[in-house]
Amino acid sequence: MLTGIIILVGLATGLSALLVIVARLLGGSNSSAADAIENLLPRIQCAQCGYPGCRPYAEAIASNSADINRCPPGGAETIRALAELLGRDPMPLDDSLGQASMQKSALIEESICIGCNRCAEVCPVDAIAGVPQRMHTIITSHCTGCELCLPPCPVDCISMVSRSA
Amino acid sequence: MAAERADQNVMAPPHSSPKPAVPVIMRRVLYALAPAAICQTWFFGYGLIINFVFCALAAMLAEAAVLKLRNRPIRDTLTDGSALLTGALLAFAIPPLTPWWVPATGGVCAIVLAKQLYGGLGKNLFNPAMVGYAILLLSFPVEMTQWMPPRMGDIDFTHLGFLSQLGYSVSGILPAELSLDAMTRATPLDLVKEGLRSAQTFSEVRANSLFGDFGGRGWEWVGNFLILGGLYLLYAGIIRWHIPVAVLAGLLIPSALLHLFDADGFASPGFNLFSGATLLGAFFIATDPVSAAATVLGRLIYGVGIGFLTFAIRTWGGYPDGIAFAVLLMNAAVPLIDRYTRPRVFGHD
Amino acid sequence: MLKFTPKRRLTGGVRLPANKTESTGKSIRRGLIPPRLIVSTRQQRGPAAKPIVEIGQGVLRGETIARAEKSDGTDVHAPTSGKIIAIENYESPLLSKVALELCIVIETDGADLAIQKRGPIEFAATREDRIRQIASAGIVGLGGAAYSTAEKMRGEPQIDCKLLIINGAECEPYISCDDMLMRESPEQILDGAAILQQLVGAPECIIAIERDKPQAIDAITLAADKLDLDGLRIAELPSIYPSGGERQLVEVLAGVEVPSEKYPSDFGFLCQNVGTAYAVHRFFRDGEPLSSRVVTVTGAAVAEPRNVEAMIGTPIADLIDACGGYSREAARLIHGGSMMGFELSEDSLAVTKATNCVVAAAPDEVKSENREWPCIRCGECSMVCPARLQPQDLVIAARESNAQALTELALSECIECGCCDVVCPSHIPLTQEFRKAKPLVQSLEELQAFSDASDQRFRLHEERRQDATIAAERQRDHIKRALSHEERRAEEIRAAVQRARQRKSETDGS
Repeated sequence: MLTGIIILVGLATGLSALLVIVARLLGGSNSSAADAIENLLPRIQCAQCGYPGCRPYAEAIASNSADINRCPPGGAETIRALAELLGRDPMPLDDSLGQASMQKSALIEESICIGCNRCAEVCPVDAIAGVPQRMHTIITSHCTGCELCLPPCPVDCISMVSRSA
Repeated sequence: MAAERADQNVMAPPHSSPKPAVPVIMRRVLYALAPAAICQTWFFGYGLIINFVFCALAAMLAEAAVLKLRNRPIRDTLTDGSALLTGALLAFAIPPLTPWWVPATGGVCAIVLAKQLYGGLGKNLFNPAMVGYAILLLSFPVEMTQWMPPRMGDIDFTHLGFLSQLGYSVSGILPAELSLDAMTRATPLDLVKEGLRSAQTFSEVRANSLFGDFGGRGWEWVGNFLILGGLYLLYAGIIRWHIPVAVLAGLLIPSALLHLFDADGFASPGFNLFSGATLLGAFFIATDPVSAAATVLGRLIYGVGIGFLTFAIRTWGGYPDGIAFAVLLMNAAVPLIDRYTRPRVFGHD
Repeated sequence: MLKFTPKRRLTGGVRLPANKTESTGKSIRRGLIPPRLIVSTRQQRGPAAKPIVEIGQGVLRGETIARAEKSDGTDVHAPTSGKIIAIENYESPLLSKVALELCIVIETDGADLAIQKRGPIEFAATREDRIRQIASAGIVGLGGAAYSTAEKMRGEPQIDCKLLIINGAECEPYISCDDMLMRESPEQILDGAAILQQLVGAPECIIAIERDKPQAIDAITLAADKLDLDGLRIAELPSIYPSGGERQLVEVLAGVEVPSEKYPSDFGFLCQNVGTAYAVHRFFRDGEPLSSRVVTVTGAAVAEPRNVEAMIGTPIADLIDACGGYSREAARLIHGGSMMGFELSEDSLAVTKATNCVVAAAPDEVKSENREWPCIRCGECSMVCPARLQPQDLVIAARESNAQALTELALSECIECGCCDVVCPSHIPLTQEFRKAKPLVQSLEELQAFSDASDQRFRLHEERRQDATIAAERQRDHIKRALSHEERRAEEIRAAVQRARQRKSETDGS
């Protein structure tokens, strides 16, 4: 009986070690995992996940330091896609985060705009057109709904409106 | 279970009536089994019918109970005929001379464990009849091997009347002067396995009076009717040729090759074809659409897998017949097979 | 006439009971002038035409009553002479549904006077101009999908058309208008085909006809021999539905699979219905714009099913009256054939250029309940799918609204032919579910494209920011260096002045 126990324990340890080694060798770098994850994210850089952009969030997921349910604009579809890619369980969206959504776009009330250009500076996709000291406007087809332009505006002239179908 | 869906528009195209529905198909499969059932009753006694009744009854009662627990409509499901069909196939797989609780347990296990626990019709991963059979074989090895010889003039066969058969089934008591030992006999597959193991040649084993031209006597006749039933199913479009052909090829090609190589050491393909559950399996069991692969290539792989595993179990394994385990093993592989044998979509690379 | 052997067999498909002999026993009924015509200004897939007539105005046959506003539109013409009595919205059947469209109502006068003694129309000088002539003739595809023929011929300008396919397959049950047109006007069809072939510069032309139309095949063959056309061949196809689909014809005749996001013209193929070829002939040879078409009026609820050459705008009730009226209560009125036709709620709706067939179906001709059983994974649906899809997996994804799985299973390739429905033993309404689910896939693809574009813009933004940062740093360095240079200079000057002062005080002191 002793021999049996030794053999089985030995087999279990040996095979597990083999699995770990192979996983490390074939697992691929963390960055290629991050690439694949980033591709499933909306990539609008809204930072509502708590990370300063989609790439840092992707890397956090890849290194297992972030949950997959932190992307409001991605919503349930993104969570489902990430779950399938990573073999994790899907979970409901963390609703303590923001409300950014690609179904909305920003709207500048041009009569209030003072041309300070702070919104254009923070827009990650250059969707705001305007010359300093002149009226600014949103390029709606480029706007991703990330809401990053709302805080910097000193006269609070930007609001989010839903995209008409 | 048939259901009316509120979100479906009956006026949407296509407007023509679809082909006959599921209950009609199940019924037709039962018709296809009927000639073989009559033949088997003729040669081996009324046990088949009695087992069918107990099995189907238990299956349907169990199904009704589970549906009640699941809060699903009972009548729609019971009338789709699938429990009846499972009962019929299981009855074929059980020896005629068994107490009533053998087919009953088989029916309950098949329906509850293999079908309803997975979600009901269409959702089961494993073939319910084969799951029932496997559980029976492993739990009641003695009762599941009490096979009888065929009613042929020159064979020492004891004919039990319907009432005596029923009496045994219900009470477990045989009429006086009869004993199980005297009535039961090893099956041809048993004999081949034993014989080849104990260094007899195949031809020597075949010399036994239980053997006919190909397989066992009586069983060959059942096989003929099963082939007829299978051909009817093919003609009626209820099954397609891929699975039966693949199963038979997977079983008979290795058998033929090895038998050619060593005729004494291996059973002939003709024997393999007409013995055991080969024909039942190829036409009626492996073709169960729910647990089989769905794609064309997938079905060929699935069928060949079943045939070859059966051959392997028969030749080198511990059981005389391997169809049930072969089917269950390939059932487990079906999701993988389906996923990787999807054909190239039109217009895509 | 040379026969063309198809390169491939059709993928999937089902053989269906044709239900066509009921309507092919008599010749095409012609000369039907209903008291009122309700002519929709949208007769094609695309923009509607703008009415150029006024209420009270008299019009003659062939007169343009609505003009296309853009180059992808087609004109609409008065089918007969009469007076305009209304221009308002009516329900009109086009494009797989009934929709409210602006319609011009003409009260006919029965005289059927044409706008002038029209004769052959001269071909315009350039290819683009000739294509515009076709649009001004109001010609759209008469196979039922109503694409502007001119728009289709424009296609991909960089890709030469190498094969013109004339579609006489007519594979869908009940429809027999193309069959009758081929039997009765084969020379006109072939002449129209020759004109089209010349217009697009296609070296080859194949007319495809299903084998169950022997009279049509004979008529076309005879006509081809008489007209002595070369470059034209006839392909006889097995009667399998849906052989007559455009992409299916390209697959069978040329062995090329055109994916759903592309068009046959991207691969050098142009497919036109026989009715469209006939309309082209009528316009260029007789000067008649497209204002009527052959419509099959059939179904067990019609007393004398037959084909009718109907003016566009003829109320369907008038069509049925012309065929002996209803023989019994129709369970359903179908616009189109039994596989892809859509239901009409009333027969007051009027014929459009997309109306190839009207089926007044008796109760036993159509499915009557939506009872369904669970899918038993029999796989028949995937075996008959012309696009080689897996409907059994698609329907699960569709019912779960799983856009990801639907995209992976290529739902956008579904041509909604209905083959899967008719073979399903569980009576699951597969085609309906797929039709409902297609927008999900489209929005997923659009979202993906938007994310990719946003990603691209973000990268460019970051690059610019990097460049700006680098430029700013360089600027700072430059200023720093300049400042320190200035300082050094100032130091040197101070030191020199200091030295000079010192020397001076030294020379002064001594």
